[in-house]
Amino acid sequence: MDFHLTPKQKAVKEMSRRFAREVIAPRAEEFERTGEHPYDIVSQMADLGMMGIPFPKKYGGGDGDWVSMTLCIEELSRVDMLPAVILDVTVTGAAHALYLFGTEEQKQRWLVPLIQGKTLGAMGLTEPDAGSDVSSIRTTAVLEGEQWRINGSKQFITNTGLKNNSIVIVAAKTRRESDGKDVICTIIVPTDSPGYKVGGKYEKLGMRATSNHELFFDDCRVPKDYLLGDISKGFSYQMSSLQAGRIAIGALSTGLAQACFDEAFTFIRKRIKGRQSLFDSQAIPFMLADIAMRIELSRNMYLKAAWLKDQGENHTMEAHFAKLYASETATRIATEVLQIFSPHGCLEEYPIARFFRGAKLNEIVEGTSEMQRLIIARELLK
Amino acid sequence: MDFHLSKEQEDIRKAAESFAEGECDPDLISEWEREYRFPIAIWQKACELGFIGMHIPEEYGGQGLGLLENALVFEAFCRKDSGVGLALALSDLGSEIILKYGTQKQKKMTLPSICSGKTISTLAYLEEGQRDEVGFFETKAIEQGDGFLIQGNKKFVFNLTLPGPAVVMCRLSGNSEKGETAAFLFDKNAEGLVPEVLGDRVGMRMIPMGNLTFADLNIPHEGLLGNRGDGQSQLALSLSEMNIKASAVGTGIAQGAFDMALAYAHRRIQFGRKIASFEAIRGRLTDMATRIELSRLLTHKAAWSFDRKSGDSKLPEMAKAVASETALKVAQDALHIFGGYGYVVDYRIERFYRDASMVDIIGLPGHSNKKSLANHVIGRI
Repeated sequence: MDFHLTPKQKAVKEMSRRFAREVIAPRAEEFERTGEHPYDIVSQMADLGMMGIPFPKKYGGGDGDWVSMTLCIEELSRVDMLPAVILDVTVTGAAHALYLFGTEEQKQRWLVPLIQGKTLGAMGLTEPDAGSDVSSIRTTAVLEGEQWRINGSKQFITNTGLKNNSIVIVAAKTRRESDGKDVICTIIVPTDSPGYKVGGKYEKLGMRATSNHELFFDDCRVPKDYLLGDISKGFSYQMSSLQAGRIAIGALSTGLAQACFDEAFTFIRKRIKGRQSLFDSQAIPFMLADIAMRIELSRNMYLKAAWLKDQGENHTMEAHFAKLYASETATRIATEVLQIFSPHGCLEEYPIARFFRGAKLNEIVEGTSEMQRLIIARELLK
Repeated sequence: MDFHLSKEQEDIRKAAESFAEGECDPDLISEWEREYRFPIAIWQKACELGFIGMHIPEEYGGQGLGLLENALVFEAFCRKDSGVGLALALSDLGSEIILKYGTQKQKKMTLPSICSGKTISTLAYLEEGQRDEVGFFETKAIEQGDGFLIQGNKKFVFNLTLPGPAVVMCRLSGNSEKGETAAFLFDKNAEGLVPEVLGDRVGMRMIPMGNLTFADLNIPHEGLLGNRGDGQSQLALSLSEMNIKASAVGTGIAQGAFDMALAYAHRRIQFGRKIASFEAIRGRLTDMATRIELSRLLTHKAAWSFDRKSGDSKLPEMAKAVASETALKVAQDALHIFGGYGYVVDYRIERFYRDASMVDIIGLPGHSNKKSLANHVIGRI
């Protein structure tokens, strides 16, 4: 056992922390207010190598690991969830699948620019009637000669509708030629494909600057060789991306919880006057103690899942533990800190209001808490 | 023991529900909310129908009923719309002090216009750096020859810029005995007031809320409400009333969020089944319903006790603590049941969630309420 970070992991964490504090923090309120995508910040993140941390040098990556990747996500989220989400979706939603299942040509063509930060990736899975229930997707892909014809729609897709969003990794139903069976395949759809349309942007409770859209595929055509990996393994590819994404949500939630703690700590330090001892005011300091403890548990959980992933070991259970525990914990912490700040917490002049509105999202994306429990229970009963 | 509402109370509840059903146009309300506008039209209609100031005697324009009837009305309003319900529930703040401590003239001057929809009142009681004590005020009322000069700052004043009467809690100085507290009646349009409306906030966006600076506000002797030294008990009375209203509001918001989540759970199909058929969703909805029932019972008990003039601060404080937590927890769970849609503004549940987070700031905010409650349960040591 060794709980220490390696010098390289530590360096990534410190670099991310510094960048988050110096570059992101002063702009966070602005993004939330305007709802605009932070193009300049994203390109600086790529320049620092954040988009390619766990990928090999030959694709422009950092030759690092998922522990470093998730540490970076936590540190960004500790200041603002937005850049952490953009990074998470590009890395776990698109780059991860391209790297694991793509051909060398696909990697050179799409993975390299993602890592360089020239483009952003998205993952198109969710549909109006199919979220966690992946097998119910209705989007279809039909192979016609040398081209795929895709029809259907997706919703809530993050990182879309942006001028630098190059591809969406789309899950679609298709008929396997060999036996005529319906299977789920995964196709790389460039955003300039004919028949690809982006719908309106959602007005949301929080996270106003994450770019989520409805997508329409209206006889959308892409070349045959844009299929990712094996035609019948789309479902497991999506699951693999989701699993990486769930560790990332664990890190993101931990960062958010830490951000709430940081705010509460500063606020309380100011409020508890020097002469008043901890024994006079226990309720709130004890609340802080619980919050600090739960954050430490969240952090250890996502790091263990990331570490197992780095070891190439099975980590299904751990990835879901991390996502489920850290997201529910973060919402609880954001709610408690809002109360600690009461009545000031409800004002948008404090970041806690933004954290509170953002928190609930992590219990919903990448599968709701119910889905996490379902999968954990299924693993337990195996 | 009798847990039934009377026939009259049932009728009031139903009337309030059908009024809210008829008046709350979701698109219009979303627009008001986005623009931080008070729902003037609905409020005026509610006043015309006698829903505001129900517990105020008929001779002052009210219905002469109790706070329990008030609670039934505001629960029904909030159930239909959290934002409108909040705005209407808080539109007569401070009237309790005027009613119980005011002279005939003070009452005649203010209460009928509050009940009839001509003015919206407020109570200025919270201050920066307030010790968690009821009845601690830095705002000074300096007694001079022909009246009082008010100086100080109040925080989180509701209905700040809406025309109408207001009550301010002060500490006396000058000719008066130092340290005594008292309440004063003034008009929000008077000279010597500097209102500062707070900008963006999580919820409660239809109520103009903010800081009020008293820069030498002159109040004649007739502006004193009750006697010098009454301040503490006046505020305690008002807080009890506000806590009960907050409890009704919180219960209503929770019920409204539950209604939406239940309807959605019947609509939404996943894995080929209505999600309302999944045990996890059934469990969540069941817990929500249980919490709402608890919150409602305590709200009704606190209101019933208040109407019997018990003077007990404990029940209203408990009810508010439970109802504000219930509102937030239930709205959070309701949003969760909506999944991704819950996060989207068009589905309205996110607004109930945002408004639910604000119930706590009515009366004494969170921790202060708990401390005050501890003093009532355990006593000061």
